[in-house]
Amino acid sequence: MNNFLLFPIIIPFFFAMILMFGRNNIAYQRITTLFGLVLSIICAAGLVSKVYEDGPQIVTFGNWPVPFGITMVSDMVSALLVLTTLILALFIVWYGFASIGKEREKFFYYSGIMFILTGVNGAFTTGDIFNLFVFFEVLLMSSYLLIVLGGEKAQLRESIKYILVNVISSALFVITVAYLYSVVGTLNMADISLKIAEIDQPGILTVIAVLFLLVFGMKAAIFPIYFWLPSAYSAPPIPVLALFGALLTKVGVYSITRTYTLFFTHDLSFTHELLLILSILTIVAGCIGALAHFDVKQIIIYNIVIAVGVILFGVAQMNEAGLEGAVLYLIHDMIIKAALFMLIGIVIYVTGTTNLRKMGGLMKTYPALGWFYLIAAFGLVGVPPLSGFIGKLLIVRGGFEAANTWTTILVLASSIIVLLSAMRIFIYAFWGEQGQLSSKVQKNKYNRLFIPTALLVVLSIFYGIGTEWLMPFMGDAAKVLVDPSIYTNAVMKGGN
Amino acid sequence: MEIVMAFVCGFLFMAAIYLILSRSLLRIIIGTGLLSHGAHLLILTMGSFKGSAPPVLSDGVTDFVDPLPQALILTAIVISFGVTAFILVLAYRAYHELKTDDMTLMKGSEDNE
Amino acid sequence: MKTNDVIIQFTAKIVFFMIFFYAVHIFFAGHYTPGGGFVGGLVTASAIVLLIVAFDLKTVQTILPINYIYMVAIGLILALGTAAISMFTGKPFFTHFFDYFNLPILGKTSLHTAALFDLGVYLVVVGVTMTIIQTIGEDE
Repeated sequence: MNNFLLFPIIIPFFFAMILMFGRNNIAYQRITTLFGLVLSIICAAGLVSKVYEDGPQIVTFGNWPVPFGITMVSDMVSALLVLTTLILALFIVWYGFASIGKEREKFFYYSGIMFILTGVNGAFTTGDIFNLFVFFEVLLMSSYLLIVLGGEKAQLRESIKYILVNVISSALFVITVAYLYSVVGTLNMADISLKIAEIDQPGILTVIAVLFLLVFGMKAAIFPIYFWLPSAYSAPPIPVLALFGALLTKVGVYSITRTYTLFFTHDLSFTHELLLILSILTIVAGCIGALAHFDVKQIIIYNIVIAVGVILFGVAQMNEAGLEGAVLYLIHDMIIKAALFMLIGIVIYVTGTTNLRKMGGLMKTYPALGWFYLIAAFGLVGVPPLSGFIGKLLIVRGGFEAANTWTTILVLASSIIVLLSAMRIFIYAFWGEQGQLSSKVQKNKYNRLFIPTALLVVLSIFYGIGTEWLMPFMGDAAKVLVDPSIYTNAVMKGGN
Repeated sequence: MEIVMAFVCGFLFMAAIYLILSRSLLRIIIGTGLLSHGAHLLILTMGSFKGSAPPVLSDGVTDFVDPLPQALILTAIVISFGVTAFILVLAYRAYHELKTDDMTLMKGSEDNE
Repeated sequence: MKTNDVIIQFTAKIVFFMIFFYAVHIFFAGHYTPGGGFVGGLVTASAIVLLIVAFDLKTVQTILPINYIYMVAIGLILALGTAAISMFTGKPFFTHFFDYFNLPILGKTSLHTAALFDLGVYLVVVGVTMTIIQTIGEDE
């Protein structure tokens, strides 16, 4: 029993409510948001160190005995993800000060961000499958608010589609949970894992596994059901886009990882083979999209799809190297995608267009922006010693260990496509003749956008160079995923 | 009873999918409502029926029905209520801004700008 | 055009209170029997909607000058606060407490912190429903 693990969820929730008051006082809104985020980050960092020392932390709501109450479990995977989420939110909020605009700030933008953090952190932490659904809905409801905030025509049009896709996937989620409940008779994730092991995963559970893949895959944007992502994500303003791109699909990826390492581990030749094939197809589809577009936003958005494929490829290997790589790459991707979206936002701000063909020659006018973009792009690809390298290396090693030689080579080849797509932005926007430049650029605003972005890129460099120090944490996280008995034992004997 | 309920759920899903595939935004929203009703009935069916047995224990009750699916349905109903309300407001705003409720005119490709 | 809606306005004034007190009844009944904050909140909201139908949005806003968004926030704080009380006593989050008290008229009554949580839910539901209806109703 330890309530401490709830703080990264409760604090954003509490601040979201406080922020609903005094919405016209922007200074109050900004300071309160920053204060809440810093407070949550301190708690999340404390949580990581506590999990590292004492193992998974458990609390069961309402003092119920374990399989009956709603359990919240913070193991290494979720603690690290919660910490990353909050740090990224801090940078994105800081970046948003200069670019989001007073209208949105007055209309519950900060409350929306705090609610979305509640949902994301809750989804990472919960140990109850129906509660996962509830937290999904919390984060989706606030994402609906954020995506439509501002009420431009494109936003209204795209948000209707976004909401429809998510309503349908939520209904599927409820249906899947109903099936699972009727088979195993419990909702506690650790208990489900034990019950499935007892009955040795008959065919119906494999069906449920595929249904879960469909439900979470719709959120994570895997191969056949990623179609909504590019258009929906291109509608909102850059800070919201960075938040969505960094966090929302990753919640889906985390849920697939959790269910596929904890529940459905008895029929690997079907479920994980399917996951493997879908992840490869996701990578291919993302690569095609990233090369086909000349819109900077779309190129980076399709890179989200590629990264989702790479992470799930690591998960599909089901060995320690693959899973450790998946966790490393997941956190790397959250950081680097946020940084890239913020950089792209600055590029769009100084050029006034999203079309690559109209850009050019920014290297002369904004050299610092160019260099930081180059570093972030190399980090995205995984050039050593930057942040993507170790994760991808481990995923590839996991692939070879699991004897999936050809698919692993395909994952490696996808790095080249990623490099090409990221370099294409660099070549078109920063090299060559001077292209279009926006006439409305204020040096002051540019600096206020650039400082948080540069700091986030520096953070991603440290994540790459400092992998050595992070490895014990990552190893812990991978151990929980490889050996679900650590998780189930902690939950079943914990709680009190 | 389970068989009947299975057919009812199936019918609701069928109607929901038919409505969601139509072009009018309002029909689509009604479709999502039916979809969540079907899902809620499915949870109820999955919790197994026990006739008139009560879900809440009181004195002298020996046969009772599993209360958990009902709690889940209540949560799911509240959530679908919130989402439906939100999407209705949004559809109304979108209708005002875009001057149409036809999904084929909301594709967002270049020729529809 | 001047509409003649004396009957509905007169009825609404009375029926509003009947619906409202029925909502209060449902709210308290929800402790042991079907009912509770969510249903009570919806019924209350429908009572206010009846007033809006009978009169109009502006009149109702002068009768009930409530900022429904603040109502949602207060409800959420109340719900979270009741759930969080237990954290200060070293019990897991969401643990509720109850005890028996001798109240002047009601006699021996059990008072639960869960009722406060339900009150928070009630406020949130009324607030959210009314915010939505006002948003749609405003720009006519």
